Amino acid sequence: MSFFLEVLVGGLLAGVMYSLVAIGFVLIYKASGVFNFAQGSLVLFGALTFVSLVERHVAPWLAFAATLVALVLIAIAIERAVLRPLVNRTPIVLFMATLGLSFILEGAAQLFWGAQVHGLDLGIDDKPLQLGGVMISQFDLFAAATAGVLVIALSLLTNRTRLGLSLRAVADDPLAALAVGIRLPRIWAIVWSLAGFVSLVAGLLWGARLGVQFSLSLVVLKALPVLIIGGFSSIGGAIVGGLLVGASEKLAEVYLGSLVGGGIENWFPYVLAILFLLARPAGLFGEPAVERV
Amino acid sequence: MSTIVIRRPRLNVAAPATLGLVIAVGLAILAAVPGVASEYWLSAVLTPFLILSLAGLGLNLLTGYAGQLSLGTAAFMAVGAYATYNFAVRVPGLSLLADLLLGGLITAIIGTLFGLPSLRIKGFYLIASTLAAQFFIEWLLTKVSWFSNDDTSGVLSAPRLSIFGWSIATPVSRYQFVLGVVVVVFVVASSLVRSELGRRWMAVRDMDTAAAVIGIPIGRTKLLAFAVSSFVIGIAGALWAFAYLGTVEPHGFDLNLSFEVLFIIIIGGMGSIAGNFYGAAFIVLLPIALSHAAGALAAIGVDVGQLQNLQKILFGTLIIVFLIKEPDGLARLVQIARQRLRNWPLRA
Amino acid sequence: MSAQKPLISLISIQANTDPFSMTLSLSRLFRATWSRAAGIAGISLVLAAGALTTTSTAYAGGEEYFPLQSYRVGPYAAGGTGFFGGFIDYMQLINTRDGGVNGVKLTWSECETEYVVEKGVECYERLKAGLNGAPAAATNPLSVGIAYATIDRSTADKLPLITINHGRTDSTDGAVFPYVFPLQLNPYSEVSAIINYIGTQSGGLQGLKGKKIVVLYHGSPYGRETIPVLDILAKKYGFELTQIEVPHPGNEQGSQWLNIHRINPDWVILRGWGVMNPVALKSAQKVGFPANHIIGNIWSNSEEDVRPAGDAAKGFISITTHPSGTNYPVLQAIDQYVIKPGKGNLSDPARFGTVYYNLGVVNGILNVEALRVAQAKYGNKPLTGEQVRWGFEHLDLDNPRLKQLGALGLVQPLKLSCSDHEGGGAVRFQQWDGQHWKVISDWVQADRALLRPIIENSANAYAKEKGITPRDCSKDL
Repeated sequence: MSFFLEVLVGGLLAGVMYSLVAIGFVLIYKASGVFNFAQGSLVLFGALTFVSLVERHVAPWLAFAATLVALVLIAIAIERAVLRPLVNRTPIVLFMATLGLSFILEGAAQLFWGAQVHGLDLGIDDKPLQLGGVMISQFDLFAAATAGVLVIALSLLTNRTRLGLSLRAVADDPLAALAVGIRLPRIWAIVWSLAGFVSLVAGLLWGARLGVQFSLSLVVLKALPVLIIGGFSSIGGAIVGGLLVGASEKLAEVYLGSLVGGGIENWFPYVLAILFLLARPAGLFGEPAVERV
Repeated sequence: MSTIVIRRPRLNVAAPATLGLVIAVGLAILAAVPGVASEYWLSAVLTPFLILSLAGLGLNLLTGYAGQLSLGTAAFMAVGAYATYNFAVRVPGLSLLADLLLGGLITAIIGTLFGLPSLRIKGFYLIASTLAAQFFIEWLLTKVSWFSNDDTSGVLSAPRLSIFGWSIATPVSRYQFVLGVVVVVFVVASSLVRSELGRRWMAVRDMDTAAAVIGIPIGRTKLLAFAVSSFVIGIAGALWAFAYLGTVEPHGFDLNLSFEVLFIIIIGGMGSIAGNFYGAAFIVLLPIALSHAAGALAAIGVDVGQLQNLQKILFGTLIIVFLIKEPDGLARLVQIARQRLRNWPLRA
Repeated sequence: MSAQKPLISLISIQANTDPFSMTLSLSRLFRATWSRAAGIAGISLVLAAGALTTTSTAYAGGEEYFPLQSYRVGPYAAGGTGFFGGFIDYMQLINTRDGGVNGVKLTWSECETEYVVEKGVECYERLKAGLNGAPAAATNPLSVGIAYATIDRSTADKLPLITINHGRTDSTDGAVFPYVFPLQLNPYSEVSAIINYIGTQSGGLQGLKGKKIVVLYHGSPYGRETIPVLDILAKKYGFELTQIEVPHPGNEQGSQWLNIHRINPDWVILRGWGVMNPVALKSAQKVGFPANHIIGNIWSNSEEDVRPAGDAAKGFISITTHPSGTNYPVLQAIDQYVIKPGKGNLSDPARFGTVYYNLGVVNGILNVEALRVAQAKYGNKPLTGEQVRWGFEHLDLDNPRLKQLGALGLVQPLKLSCSDHEGGGAVRFQQWDGQHWKVISDWVQADRALLRPIIENSANAYAKEKGITPRDCSKDL
């Protein structure tokens, strides 16, 4: 029984890590309506920049600030140079544009910082904790706590501030928001910067987990089922989806996987996503599509 | 998407006689190529170009004409390759063409299966279904060694190919074989999209609620789109494995290949037949051209690693620039060029 | 898609111009110029590509060419830059210090594959004809996927395909695979040697009985290649074997390691690749499994594999066919003749002497030695692939020759033949102390007698499927 709990808890905590990446997607989808496949490359770029600065003996907090500024600038540049001209194109074209963007970011990251792999030490000793017979990883708890703080901060921002009100207005109906006098370019820039910040945090946590290397951009493939289950436009959905995906993925790998020889972690979340979508075609918390004939 | 219908005029192919002339000339050119092209061009550029155009055609039928987004193209190519392989190895009496057709048929069945969720799920969320196909099929083909004739690694090596005594072993014969298959499938597909089925697909793509209202059977139309598209993609996959690479493993048909084919149809033009050729040419030729240019630069001492990264950046930039400037793809550009050529002598 | 709110004329509203006709005529004009430009660009692109592929210029006379299907970008770039850096530096050394191989200078050019099979094949086709008249000697793609895809082509084009330390195990049988060389170590030898080492740690091979061993392998053909032979070894020695797969790329291994924790094995054999390695070590730390009971295979043994894991990697053991470090005369020669004069290929000089770099140097040594052996038979001139193949098959590196080369202790004694394209099958074990790899054992040999029949069976099955008649190795061809 304790083994089951261990797998479950490990899965839930891993799921929180997926949600971290998914939140970046959600922010951008809410603001610009685009599914930003370049999120993974942003995560990689952020982590790589931070680690390279630290290795060049820059103080960590300064490296964090500098990387944040760089990511914000990149985010704004993306919004202006790529998304603005592509406004009102079909989602698939926007998606492909972000795919092209991911090539650019990956090439740029390796161009500036090289192809080396780096370790990232956040100072957390990852000896397993024993809580009631169940083994839990300290690092995963720390990551979950960080994600929790981030989500609370984001929800406070969106629900309690004027800025948040504007963000929600833009996400709901950009034309109406424009009519009311909200400056869209400014809002887009702010949202993209927030997404950049979330990417940086996700990048640091994932980088500490995997090492900072090119494969970091592949975490986006883990975030996709989370988004599909939770809905593209809901942060709460991203969290719930992440927990669901993480837990079910691990449990399936251990219990179902042993029946079929293992390795099912890659496709199981997607099959799960299909099942959820059949019940709720727009994701658990997503906006259902309204069609007009 | 209603604006797209108004804006985009039919890619109007001229009267049948001219079409026949164009096809004949085109065929003559392509068939004459082996006489002038080097082996490198045949086996490393033209053959993959043709096969990728075919895969693009398959995806275009599904995404461009019927509007169902699919990210599982590579997985269906894998199904086609492995199915054809199994027929070729386990049922010795069949000719290669029969193996191809049967492989395509199996892929059509699998494609329809993964297309079932499209009856309920719409829009971008549909990628869940084809992504599930992508990862599941990759896993299944690696895991179950029966598919690769009991090779534990899941790798399949193409058997000796021959049709009615004509052995397909040299780059020239492989090119001609692929050319033949591609031409036949393209001709069939271009009549298909101008038929009632094609019109139904476009109706479902543009406004499926309205289509349902006027009596088009949505479910059947969508599933047929998946079936026909997967059939074509399966054949492309079999050609990819047998006539181009020679040996494949399931991970060769990964998500990156799916993205590549998606690029082809977007850059080539969604909802066009000729666009698949243009898109495949772009995707195949551009990296090679960049690589040659990089080779020239490397010879004068520029760092090779940096050149590779620059190439990647350039490729991504070109894609974005392209998407911004011409959302309807190269097919639209060619159409504009032809119209202007038609008017040219008379323009003031 | 219909959930999208139309942002149609947003920009034109903001620009405050006459919306419809202005944008229409502007876009028409824009499209017209753009289509013209695109047409010209497209045509010139195709012409340029065509022009560049035509074989160029005069015969440079007296050079041997090594096409390099390298990867310097992408997820495996760290390994690629190290390996190809070492290979190029060694060739540079031969050219600079010795004036080439018996007067025949070495030349090379790179073609980026990004570790993608199609690009590898395209690079192969582009470069196989040689460079400026210098014939191609052999290809060294360092990629299982590209190797698989170019086996048939290499055989048809008579160009040796070198898959050092990896590749198709049955290509060891040169009777069926005359042009493929899994030099030094094939996957079966690798696991057999590891089992033998575990035996020495358990008081002899009989001590393996009843022990629990888990194999954590990468979910790819390379990872799955050794499943059957491990089952055979488990049956032979009586240890409890569990083989667990990690799906590519291996970013998340929590459940696998919880499983391992539940099994509580004596040893874990890690057959990883890329990011799977550091994640495995970190996940092992998460469940409290000691790193010094994890043995990594030949692709889990580099600095790039352990550094990202930080202190979770301390004590991790792995195999190597060549130690890291710079203490060997050949490396010091490279330092003196190539690196100090500034002609080194590595962009980060600290990587000199790391595992991947040294692998590249070893690969260079073996390729050049094969060339030398072939020249002894065919003359001191540029040789064709077929002649170089003869050289590889008659490669005989014993300790005195290795000492001459300055590689004693760096390269194991190797003797190849027509039927044996591997030649070695021995490894040493090294342990990571947080900064460096320290060699902790002498050469441990694989049980090649046990493995040979399995290899031959597999090779013959392949030959039957492909319709190939195996060569007769008693004739020296």
